[in-house]
Amino acid sequence: MTVEVAKHIELGLTDSEFELICEKLGRQPNDVELAMFSLLWSEHCAYKHSRKLLRRLPTEGERVVMGPGENAGAVDIGNGHAIAFKVESHNHPSAVEPFQGAATGVGGILRDVFALGARPIAVLDSLRFGELDSLRSRHLLDGAVRGIGHYGNSIGVPNVGGEIYFEAPYEHNCLVNAMCVGIAETKDMVRAAAAGVGNAVVLMGASTGRDGIGGASVLASAELGDGDEAKRPTVQIGDPFEESKVLECCLELLGKGLLVSLQDLGAAGLTSSAAEMASAGGMGIDLDVAKVPLREADMEPFEIVVSESQERMLGVVEPAKVAEVLAVCEKWQTGGAEIGTITDSGQVRVLRDGELVGEMPVEALVDGCPLYDLDPAEPDGWIYGNRATLDPGTSAEETLLALLASPSIASKRWAFEQYDSVVGSRTVRRPESAEAAVLQIPEAGNAIAVSIDGSGRRVACDPYAGTIEAVLECAQNLACVGAEPLGLTNCLNFGNPEKPTPAWQLDRAVSGLADACTALGVPVVGGNVSLYNEGPEGPIYPTPVVGMVGELPDPTRACGNAFAKEGDAIALLGPFSPSLAGSELTKLRGELEMGLPQPDIAAVVAACAAVRDAVRAGKLSSVRDVSDGGLACALAESAIAGRVGCSVDVQPLRARGCSPEEALFGEASGGFLLSGDRAELEAIGAVTIGKTGGTTIEIAAGDRSFTVGLAGVESAWRSLTV
Amino acid sequence: MTRARVLIRPKEGILDPQGKAVERALPALGFEGIEHVRVGRMVELEAEDPARLAELCEKLLANPLIEDYEIVTL
Amino acid sequence: MIWGVLQFPGSCDERDALHACELSGGEARLIWHEERGLEGIDAVVVPGGFSYGDYLRAGAIARFSPAMEAVAEFAAGGGPVLGICNGFQVLCEAALLPGALLLNERMRFVCRQLDLIAVDGPETGHIDTIAARRPALSIPAKHGEGRYWAPDEVLDEIEARGQVAYRYAPGQNPNGSARDIAGVRNEAGNVLGLMPHPEHAVDPLTGSTDGLRIFEAVAAAGVAA
Repeated sequence: MTVEVAKHIELGLTDSEFELICEKLGRQPNDVELAMFSLLWSEHCAYKHSRKLLRRLPTEGERVVMGPGENAGAVDIGNGHAIAFKVESHNHPSAVEPFQGAATGVGGILRDVFALGARPIAVLDSLRFGELDSLRSRHLLDGAVRGIGHYGNSIGVPNVGGEIYFEAPYEHNCLVNAMCVGIAETKDMVRAAAAGVGNAVVLMGASTGRDGIGGASVLASAELGDGDEAKRPTVQIGDPFEESKVLECCLELLGKGLLVSLQDLGAAGLTSSAAEMASAGGMGIDLDVAKVPLREADMEPFEIVVSESQERMLGVVEPAKVAEVLAVCEKWQTGGAEIGTITDSGQVRVLRDGELVGEMPVEALVDGCPLYDLDPAEPDGWIYGNRATLDPGTSAEETLLALLASPSIASKRWAFEQYDSVVGSRTVRRPESAEAAVLQIPEAGNAIAVSIDGSGRRVACDPYAGTIEAVLECAQNLACVGAEPLGLTNCLNFGNPEKPTPAWQLDRAVSGLADACTALGVPVVGGNVSLYNEGPEGPIYPTPVVGMVGELPDPTRACGNAFAKEGDAIALLGPFSPSLAGSELTKLRGELEMGLPQPDIAAVVAACAAVRDAVRAGKLSSVRDVSDGGLACALAESAIAGRVGCSVDVQPLRARGCSPEEALFGEASGGFLLSGDRAELEAIGAVTIGKTGGTTIEIAAGDRSFTVGLAGVESAWRSLTV
Repeated sequence: MTRARVLIRPKEGILDPQGKAVERALPALGFEGIEHVRVGRMVELEAEDPARLAELCEKLLANPLIEDYEIVTL
Repeated sequence: MIWGVLQFPGSCDERDALHACELSGGEARLIWHEERGLEGIDAVVVPGGFSYGDYLRAGAIARFSPAMEAVAEFAAGGGPVLGICNGFQVLCEAALLPGALLLNERMRFVCRQLDLIAVDGPETGHIDTIAARRPALSIPAKHGEGRYWAPDEVLDEIEARGQVAYRYAPGQNPNGSARDIAGVRNEAGNVLGLMPHPEHAVDPLTGSTDGLRIFEAVAAAGVAA
């Protein structure tokens, strides 16, 4: 005997959500309406478990041009220009088909940025997979990197930075977060809100097929189980060539003042774009699916409105200008079709050849979804298990080599050499040469720095402190190139919010994010939430990923992270007080447990200012943020990059109460490793620990002192390849 | 209208890294005794004048310097 | 001195090439792929990118554009033409240069700063004798289909005639190109193609300035022609 599952349940709606929909419509929804509600009321589109928490985030600032709620955030960069940016996740599709999942993730975030009228000038990515000894993780890593390279390179936007981490909790649920940065003239920027009763709705770009039908509700609002083969048909295929054409088309249309508003089509396709445009403008919208250019002839209305075919944009156009708009689409060899009208009905009406097939109040679709409170509960202890790969008796030298060779720390050159990092001629600092990417902005006579930094394992140890650390790390990276943060975007990647532990993690992490941003004075201008990242073994590490954009006045002063010459002094600056809690070493030893020291935010902020000023004044030969693997790894990386050894004594850290091991390999916020003229370094408050020179790395650390050759250290650090 | 399929493959003697990679991966996946793998492209089309297909192949669909092609009418 | 830089749907580096042309002296304008006229143009650049998405084969579709027909005539008349990366691929597809560019040996896109050795050509009428006086040029390469190939007889011929313009420095061949060839000239010496990107080596802020030499060499040929 088979039990028939109610359609709304299959589509991801609960019984009470379904009843609420019936109440708002005054009747049962038909198939078209049910499909549309199921997508817009999915976690991915409605943020129903996170929206209340996100209200804690600071979103205002005098440099903010566009805040949360628009397609992307934007900050003023000077001289009438703005920098638009946002980060978004594409986790579930990438776990199923990594090449296309990652590629379309890049495509989607590019569209969010040029939907504002900003020309994309850079992408960055944050990736997390299971450990590399798993064939699946190697397959996902390989596919994701190729996919990101394929899309970004083809469309001609440089990939200027990123991070890749490998941890067992991501084995079933990899993370692919893509960030895009764009530039626009502030006066030409356009909002998403539809306006003007009687204005035409024009669909531009690729034709509409069956890609990703049901993707949002089926994939992103449910945990991936053993049946995910069946989810394969919902993966979208990207075409960067089409995107480059529709991008140029849209920018030309905006430049000529031919569009009233513009919105990209992403998750939930036409449904969400049309409804959100109408909602933002307080209008209604009529769409005729018979006018949508189709790739497959026999598509049903509900398929057409929920299709997630890529590379499509929706514009609102005054009727007299429609012909000109279509002509520009023709010039760029991309699709253009008038498919609807803006009304004052307050309804989303779907028609087929003039015949009504669905009608829903805009407000019910976009704002009617119930928002849920979380039921958080702190876990009893460490829930993620431990796996020891490093013997307790390992020498300090061997420990350093093991850390440097650990895939999370090792050089990612294998990956970033697959990305074009120079197209556009703005890239002043290419990947790995400095702590943040630096792009020149001749339009405003200055430059911007961009960094993307996430944290998983440490956030699992303490979601509040760990998230603060992630934000501070991003700010530290910007300070290293002399940049002052202007704004922040974030992607919150967590497990199932209906379960108590992920709920607690999310709640604490958002508080950490809010407090860190407030203390730094950096507004959150946009972001994304990805929940339900859980597999049969449990949730992923709670992983907030933070992207920050900062400005610096003089790109020639953007300091690098490589030791520059022999005989420079090496010094430490900042309230760096390392411990082994949550560290890479503790992971390798299989001793992870709950708990992190609380960062001294004010002291870190002060250190950032000191470093920033010193960099801007040209006082430093090199600067590096001390992070994964601690001071010993930071020293090694600076030495490898500069092709010169060093000899240091960690006594100043011992004096702060650290054991030799903590001084060498402990991790914490607030550590800057500087090199340069000794007097200059000490004048800005840095503590000298040694000097550059020779071909070995020599570290005096009490009973853990050691010396190791540069060649061996480089070979360990450059060992990551797939 | 004649339906045709054009098969395009790298010429013999030119390094075909895709073919080589496939060939090398096969034994580990349990397929022995497969050699000479070449990876190419396939173009399907409908032509009003099938007599012009060879010209189309020579000029556009294949690069005769580095590729062989074969026209199969369906 | 007026440069024309072609622009196809999918071109990426045309604006960078435009800027490099201007830095090397003269004015430069974009030439849309549907334009047939090259009046007043002294030198042509076919830029890098992914024209037509690199679909079918890199450069295979772009070579048939009206602008490329005009470029073929321009080249036949002795006008200097510089093809960079995708541009090099287009020129080979159009048979304005010998050989072909294939998938990189390791089958991955590679973006890397490289050293190129400039190779002397015949004395007069050939592009790039200025560059030959420098020991090595530091220029970034970024491509997935840059492996230069031609049948052995053709390789022997072009080497004998001094048509090889650049080679990757020993140990730096990123894609398996035959005989480490990074760039070639046509027999008449007025058409030059190379895989690495000189337009991304013209500004000390973003890299080396060795690429300027190549634009200056093309400009010199443009003034002389």
